[in-house]
Amino acid sequence: MATTTTNGKRKIVINPVTRVEGHGKVTIHLDEAGKVQQARFHIIEFRGFERFAQGRFYWEAPTIVQRLCGICPVSHHLAASKAMDVIVGADKLTPTAEKMRRLMHYGQTYQSHALHFFHLASPDLLFGFDAPVEKRHVLAVLAAFPDVAKKAVLMRKYGQEVIKATAGKKVHGTGSIPGGMNKNLSIEERDALLKDADTMLAWAVEGLDLCKKTTLENAEMLLAFGSFPSNHLSIVREDGCLDLYDGKLRAKDADGGIIFDQVAPADYLDYIAEEVRPWSYMKFPYIKSLGKEDGWYRVGPLARINNCDFIDTPIAEKERQEFMALGNGKPINATMAYHWARMIELVHSAEKFKELLPDPDLQGTDLVVTGTRRDRGVAWIEAPRGTLFHHYEVNELDQITRANLIVSTTNNNEAMNRCVNVVARAHLEGKEEITDGLLNHIEVGIPAYDPCLSCATHALGQMRLHVQIIGPDGAVVDERIRG
Amino acid sequence: MSQDTVNIIIDGVEIQATAGQTILEAADAAGMYIPRLCHHPDLPPGGHCRVCTVKVNGRPASSCTFPVSEGLVIENDTDEINAQRRRIIEMLFVEGNHYCPSCEAGGNCELQALGYRLGMLAPTLPYLRVKRELDATHKDVYIDRDRCVLCGRCVRASSVVDKKDAFGFENRGIKKRLSVDAVHGLGETAVSAADKAAQVCPTGCLTVKRVGYATPVGRRKYDKTPIGAEIEKKTAKV
Ligand code: SF4
Ligand code: SF4
Ligand code: FES
Repeated sequence: MATTTTNGKRKIVINPVTRVEGHGKVTIHLDEAGKVQQARFHIIEFRGFERFAQGRFYWEAPTIVQRLCGICPVSHHLAASKAMDVIVGADKLTPTAEKMRRLMHYGQTYQSHALHFFHLASPDLLFGFDAPVEKRHVLAVLAAFPDVAKKAVLMRKYGQEVIKATAGKKVHGTGSIPGGMNKNLSIEERDALLKDADTMLAWAVEGLDLCKKTTLENAEMLLAFGSFPSNHLSIVREDGCLDLYDGKLRAKDADGGIIFDQVAPADYLDYIAEEVRPWSYMKFPYIKSLGKEDGWYRVGPLARINNCDFIDTPIAEKERQEFMALGNGKPINATMAYHWARMIELVHSAEKFKELLPDPDLQGTDLVVTGTRRDRGVAWIEAPRGTLFHHYEVNELDQITRANLIVSTTNNNEAMNRCVNVVARAHLEGKEEITDGLLNHIEVGIPAYDPCLSCATHALGQMRLHVQIIGPDGAVVDERIRG
Repeated sequence: MSQDTVNIIIDGVEIQATAGQTILEAADAAGMYIPRLCHHPDLPPGGHCRVCTVKVNGRPASSCTFPVSEGLVIENDTDEINAQRRRIIEMLFVEGNHYCPSCEAGGNCELQALGYRLGMLAPTLPYLRVKRELDATHKDVYIDRDRCVLCGRCVRASSVVDKKDAFGFENRGIKKRLSVDAVHGLGETAVSAADKAAQVCPTGCLTVKRVGYATPVGRRKYDKTPIGAEIEKKTAKV
């Protein structure tokens, strides 16, 4: 663990952040006066896919790319497929293929959001941030709210069944291929899913109500927590509707003013650039027209709900209006509002199950289209954690010569860093020792963004937390290990 | 019973074979599966892989090349022999670079299917992590040597069926590799996607381009039934 101190600054290291899947490290740099000079969220991110993909064939990308993320493989599967649609010249998919992919995506969103809320977020919301550490854990939720926890497990399972029925497998499916799909939905698969669709919607609404109730009851504390203005980036449908699967890029500023709108995937490099900072492997994307300092943005559920003009499913739309009323017509800039927005999307996904499943197009047999072959394919999708960009270049021998991915967590990178800064300034300033409250607040802030760290090999909530304060002379003045 | 008929015993079961058949062919005809990898029914036997090894009158022999004769007593489906087969398959896995979950041959691959059938759960031998080349130079067919098991099917098919002699082997032992009869790769050969050679690879090595994952999980060759089941099915008719 890095504990060296330079330039008379003190550095606090929190490593790793609990309840975030994968590895993360927080360092808080204090100056001589004990003031927070800077806080940094370090992510040890997957790297190397871009190189690994080089030389592989374009049709392999949707399957291979799933190896890089254990948490949202389906989002990568679909984003790569969409980019390869461009490569094979499939500009419009058949209705069957398009709806199958959407169903897969709503399945992924549903299971991921359910997991996130009930496992990662609900301990904070249900027990409060300052609750003892043994309570801030999904097992405590299980003990105190057995019904909620049981439903969460079944919701996740349902989402996975949707994935299996569309992708062929719960993990590492192959369903989506360049130009379409390799399967439709059989009547048996449809009926098995339809049977529980009403329940899934009802439970999603219950979850949303629970989230809303706890948020509003503790509004003063929760909505103020980690609140800071930001730009918001997401894709929206051409008519401004929320669309998690496809659309054009829209960016709004903290007051809701449009920065750009209806940007096509192929043009993303004209609008978004990525900054490299020496202390982090993960890049910092920003909106070009605003520059490196001011161009950073939030992505994910909060940005999507803020950005869209409406939602095309009735319950989610009603909930969106209620949510947006908090901001009096302006975007919501509170970190903890992510959870609420996420639950609106959970409901939306369940409404989409009910809309899509009875659609006879899903039993169609026209699955793949092709057209004029291209050598560059860019596509995006709203992954559960935020906008995911896939960009490939392919040579005449069908090999990928270049790949560039901007994943959701990278898009949220600066926002998470800002969050840690805001929290550190509010809760650490002037204190000489590391308190539970401080640790808790940092730990609560980061998971709200739901970063998808490199691998999900660590059991949730079972990470050790190691914190050090280093004095100006480089000596450890305080140190705590939790977990 | 004609003159050509010979009687042999496989795993205690007496079967009638035709003179000139190999043990493997006779077993197939009787609905008894002998695991094999380099053998292909449309090609002359290669005798490379030794997966088809059985005991003939107590001595090991490769059944894909051993001709039947009256009174042979053959052991096939025994723990000892299957353990040896599993070992061979395992060695082939760790010698190459096999990432089944993302391989387009998955579910249709004979190596993978043999691994399942023979109960190879996870390799116990260390991976060699060798660097092997991908040959993408042909516009319709590629060679991913990471997945080559050196079975020689493509070599035989190109020679015997396609009459092109496009493939061969170079080097020996652990350095042995599939070669093509060209300086700059497969693209310079006369091979076409319609060739027999392009249809017979048991793994995802010699593969026709742009087919990819066209068959969904659940409908691939070995999703529902293990490798060999198509031969054993015939037993019902016998
Ligand atoms: S060739 Fe067969 S064994 Fe090798 S990775 Fe592909 S499926 Fe697996
Ligand atoms: S390319 Fe395929 S058929 Fe040819 S030797 Fe290798 S594994 Fe056998
Ligand atoms: S199948 Fe007989 S040696 Fe390979």
